[in-house]
Formats: sequence, structure tokens, C-alpha cells
Amino acid sequence: MTAIIEVKNLGKKYEIRQGQGGYVALRDVITNILKSPFSFAKGKAMDAVGLSKKEEFWALKGVDFTVERGEVMGIIGANGAGKSTLLKILTGITLPTEGEAILHGHVSSLLEVGTGFHPELTGRENIFLNGAILGMKKTDIEKRFDSIVEFAGIEKFLDTPVKRYSSGMYVRLAFSVAAHIEPDILLVDEVLAVGDAEFQKKCLGKMDEVTKTQGRTILFVSHNMAAIQSLCKRSILIEKGKVAMVGKTSEVIDRYLNTSLSQNAVVEFEEKAGALASIQKISLLNKDHEPRSEFPVSEPFSFEIIFECREKIDEATLSIQIYSHDRDLLLYSSEADTLERLSEYTPGKYKTTITIPEFLLNVGRYSFDAILHKPNLSMFAEARNIGFEIKNVENPRSIIFQGNHPGRISTLLSYETKGPKK
Amino acid sequence: MEATHTTVIQPKKTLSLSDIKELWKYRELIYFFSWKDIKVRYKQTLIGGLWAIFQPFITMVVFTVFFGRLVGIPSDNVPYPIFVYVGLLFWQFFSSALSDTSNTLVTNQAIITKVYFPRLILPLSAVVTKFLDFAIATIILAGMMIYYHYVPSIVGVLILPILLLITFFASTGLGLFLAAINVKYRDVRYALPFFIQILLFVTPVIYPASIAGKYSWLLALNPMTGVIQTARAGLLHTTPINWELLGLSALACVVMMIVGILYFKIVERYFADII
Repeated sequence: MTAIIEVKNLGKKYEIRQGQGGYVALRDVITNILKSPFSFAKGKAMDAVGLSKKEEFWALKGVDFTVERGEVMGIIGANGAGKSTLLKILTGITLPTEGEAILHGHVSSLLEVGTGFHPELTGRENIFLNGAILGMKKTDIEKRFDSIVEFAGIEKFLDTPVKRYSSGMYVRLAFSVAAHIEPDILLVDEVLAVGDAEFQKKCLGKMDEVTKTQGRTILFVSHNMAAIQSLCKRSILIEKGKVAMVGKTSEVIDRYLNTSLSQNAVVEFEEKAGALASIQKISLLNKDHEPRSEFPVSEPFSFEIIFECREKIDEATLSIQIYSHDRDLLLYSSEADTLERLSEYTPGKYKTTITIPEFLLNVGRYSFDAILHKPNLSMFAEARNIGFEIKNVENPRSIIFQGNHPGRISTLLSYETKGPKK
Repeated sequence: MEATHTTVIQPKKTLSLSDIKELWKYRELIYFFSWKDIKVRYKQTLIGGLWAIFQPFITMVVFTVFFGRLVGIPSDNVPYPIFVYVGLLFWQFFSSALSDTSNTLVTNQAIITKVYFPRLILPLSAVVTKFLDFAIATIILAGMMIYYHYVPSIVGVLILPILLLITFFASTGLGLFLAAINVKYRDVRYALPFFIQILLFVTPVIYPASIAGKYSWLLALNPMTGVIQTARAGLLHTTPINWELLGLSALACVVMMIVGILYFKIVERYFADII
């Protein structure tokens, strides 16, 4: 085995100009100019020549690791830990500030499906355009054209402009083009967050096939621990721009979940600059609406999610995903399930309370994600890994079963028994 | 399987021969981007590609009515319509190439932050479409020359590709420079239309260079002056070809191109971070 990717002491520094928080209102700018025209002009001039005070921020620092040929390496970390920056450096989109990375082979990336799709062009035309942008030669695209179309399942709509496609078709076509690039090293960032479950399975299958039969090396970034677990033997944990751990995937996931699980009754989130919407606060409330992170199995409890939309979002819904302690998805629930449609969000603050009935989850540790999204298409806001625990108190069953009642779900079912009369 | 291709990613990226090699490797992408531009351009328009003919033609008519008839600008003893059209032919290539290359990085920012390819490809492919427009506009010129009974000199025809090359170098060189600035300061986007308008008046498009009298040397600093003067001389025999002026234009445009590419390559590494 030889190393195909060698990363040595890699670092990336971003500079944030001070006093530039988000949008600047024109009114403020005008008052500033009127108040002190000289210092305004001086400030602008300093900015232009790069002399103004800047805050430094290391998105990555001292990152070292190697990946062997034919290996599928998972990259795990909380939002903003630097995973995406790492992939952007490895693809050459942005350059590191220090250190180096040596890649033995052709690199291609799946950073966002559908990059460079043009809505006015037909499916056929977009396959060629997108393929070329992703680094394929025209002859390669022609060779794989049928296979791309078949995998996406859009034969009938090949000559329809993609602006008339359904969101599902769009994503399928985009992934299919990307999946047919055949580089030595493939970098994949969270692309499986879109698409329906069946298509996700197909994509995972395709990636699995690619590594097993063609010996391709893949770096795989995802929040989907089940996918990482099934695809990757080894994984890297990145925390605050540094490599916290490299090792067997199951061990790395354990460490990640243990450190990142925030088991607090109230979790507040930092503002994400530039996002359309953001989740600001999540509170876990017991049946008396008191904040708790542990709930008796016999009582209902609720999640109160406060989020803000900065711009109008036409179609979206709030969803939660509840995971077991070993990261199996137990429940996927969405506001659209009961509304039977997506909602429109005008700018402003929202508060949604989701009630979890008693005896739904069995005793144990759980976590959940809350996401505001247009299913299969776009993610507007997310909060991940909020932990809570279901306790074995006030549970009449625990007396009968002596505390040992297995299973993950513990919904009470009705039993009707007919037998010999007593 | 032995790896044949090794990439080393390091902080400083210096200009090197490998940049040219890389550009060559990605040459198909230039073709695909321009192909997209052409395909998408006249989508959902009624008369489609006819716009490519209408635009220069109508500009010529408007200029003829206002500058030729009403203002009575001299035209070196050549009918004003054909005089101004020769100027417009090169001017429109220059101005549209300049404005498209300057904005191309900003309009494609989604691709720049998601995929790697040599960034020079974007402005270069923006210019390719302009060559097509130029070809279409030349057909109208041919029609006008037949109508007004002008026979170009052989040198005049042979020199056209060189003039086009100078125009390409000048507009792209300046465009690359502005495109790179535009990434950081979007002011370029708003200032550019004014800049182009002013340039139109300091370029002998609607008037002959002779009108400037003893200040005509000032006009000569603008490479487009040499291009348009030479085109008129070669096609319409207004004056003998001024080789000295043409040489000066060629030199100026080469300098512009080199400065443009150098500046573009130096700031290229920040593009994805600050766009």
C-alpha cells in the first residue's frame, strides 16, 4: 500500500475585517461620511491597500494525515470545524496559507451537485456542460452518456430544459453526471444530504462499487454517521480546524458523538452570517414546560425550536430526525407530514413546538437534528446533535420487568386476549 | 496501476510553464463555456440570432442620423454610414469583450467557489462569442461595401486579422485586470459602463482622428485608434496606412495583455475566498 494523499502541516487563515458585521446600511454609511469625512476616506483607503486592522481566523491549523490508495476515508466534525475548507484546499479551489498536500493522481470533487447547471439548457446539454466543468473530456462524456442517463432515469426528458425538471429529477441528473467522473481520488462533501432515501441508497451503492471494483480513493465528508460507518474503514475527526483523531471509523464516531453531544436543556446557536435563515435556540421541555434534558419514559415532552428567516422562503418545512445513541435513524418527522404541504416563511422569528408522546422512545440516550429545508433540494438552517435521555422512572413496567425492557420503541399497544373462561 | 499525475498544493503559487500546460489541458472547457453562452444568449427571444445583425446595424443608422446628418461630423470624404460602421465594427468587439470579461468572474461565482479549473478560462471564453458577433457584423460591412462600391486593397484585407488580434489583446488585457479587481470591489461593475462611454469619445469611432489636430498624438496612446484608423485606410482608402501608429497600437496592446494576465494570476489565489 502506498500513500495517495499526503497532507503535511496544512493551515488556512482567513482574515475578517473588523467592524464589518454583515450588511452595512446605506444610511449609516452616509451619516459616517457626513460626521467625519476624513476618517471615512482614510478608512477606505486603508482597506484598499490592505493596511486596515484585520482579525485572523485559522480555519485549519497543523493538519497532518495520509490516505492509502484505494481507501475510503471518512471526515467527521461539527459544523464549522473546517471539513469543507480542507476539501476546498485539496481540490485547489482555494490555496492553503501554510503546509502542503501531495496528491498522486487525478482529483475530482463532488462538492455540490448541479454546479454549473444552466436552467435554460436541456438535460442533454447540461450533461455535457456539467461534465466539462467537472473535468471530463468530451469523448469521455460521450462514452458514458447512456450510463449517465440511465442512472438518473431521465430518458424521457433529455431534451427538456432543466428548469422544467422536478427537484428530484434535477438532483438525480446532477449526481449521476458527477458519479461518472472517474478520477483516482474523489472528494465528496455532504452531497447525499439531498435526494430521496431510495436515491441516496443508490448513490451509496454506486460509491461502494466504485471503490471496491475500481480501487478508487475517496474522501467522504458527511453528517450521516450510518453512511460513514458503512463506507469507510478509517475516519478523521476534525475539531476546530485541527485533527483530533485518526483511526477506525467506529472509534472515531464514538469519540465525536461523545464530545459533540450537547446534553443541555437549552441550546443557543451562533448567528451564521449570510444565511437565509438560522435556528437560534432549541429548548427541551418536560410535560410541565420546564427545561430538562432527561425525561421519564412515561411522560410526554417537547422540543421548542426558535428560528429566524431573514429573507422570504417560498417553500420549506421544519423537520426533526431522532437518532439512537449508536446513530441509527429512528424517526424522521416533518411539519409537512401533517400539513400535507410545504409552508411559506416571511421574514421574522418563528417558534415551533414539537411534542413527543410518552412511551414512544424506550429508555436510553438519543440525539436529534432539526432542519429547515425544502426536502431533497435545499437546506436553509440546521442544528445537529442535540442530546437527551429517556429515564426509567415512574414506569410501571420496570417493576414487572425489573428494569430490563429491551427495544428502542416502547409504544404501548393494545392487547385483546380471548381464552378459557375463568 | 502507477500514478502518473502528481499535484503538490502549496501556499504560494508562482507563474510557471505549468499554467500554460494546464490551460491547454482544459481547452475543451473554453469551448463548452462559449457554446453555453451562444446557446443561452437568445433563448426566449422572438427574433433570436437576428439580434446579432440588428444591434450593429441600428447603432450605425442612429449614429449616421445624429452625428453624420444633424451634427455634420466630417468623415474623411467617405459616406458617413460606412465610415462609422468600420469604426463600430471594432469598437463593439472591444467594448462588449471588455465589459463581459470584467464581469465574468462575478457572474460565475457559484462555479468558482465549488469547482477548480484555471480561472483564466472564464474571461477567455467570454471573448469567444465576440468573435462570432464580429463575423456576423463583417457580413453587413461586406454588403455596405458593395452598395457604396468600395474595393478594399489587398493589404487592407490581409491586415484585418491583425487588427482583430490587437482589439482582442487590448480588450482582454484590460478586462482581465478589471475582472480581478471586480472580485474584491464590485465598484467596477458600476463604474465600467461610464468608463466605456468615455472611451467611445476618446476613440475615433464617430469622428476621424484628423479632427483632433495637433492633439492627435494623445489619441494614438489608445490602441483602438490605430486599429480603427488602419481599418479605414485599408478598406475605404481614407488615408495611407500609418504603420508607425499601428506598431504603437500593437505594442500597447501586448503590454496591456501581459499586465492583465500577470495581475490576474497574482490575485487569482484569493478569488474563491473573497468573491
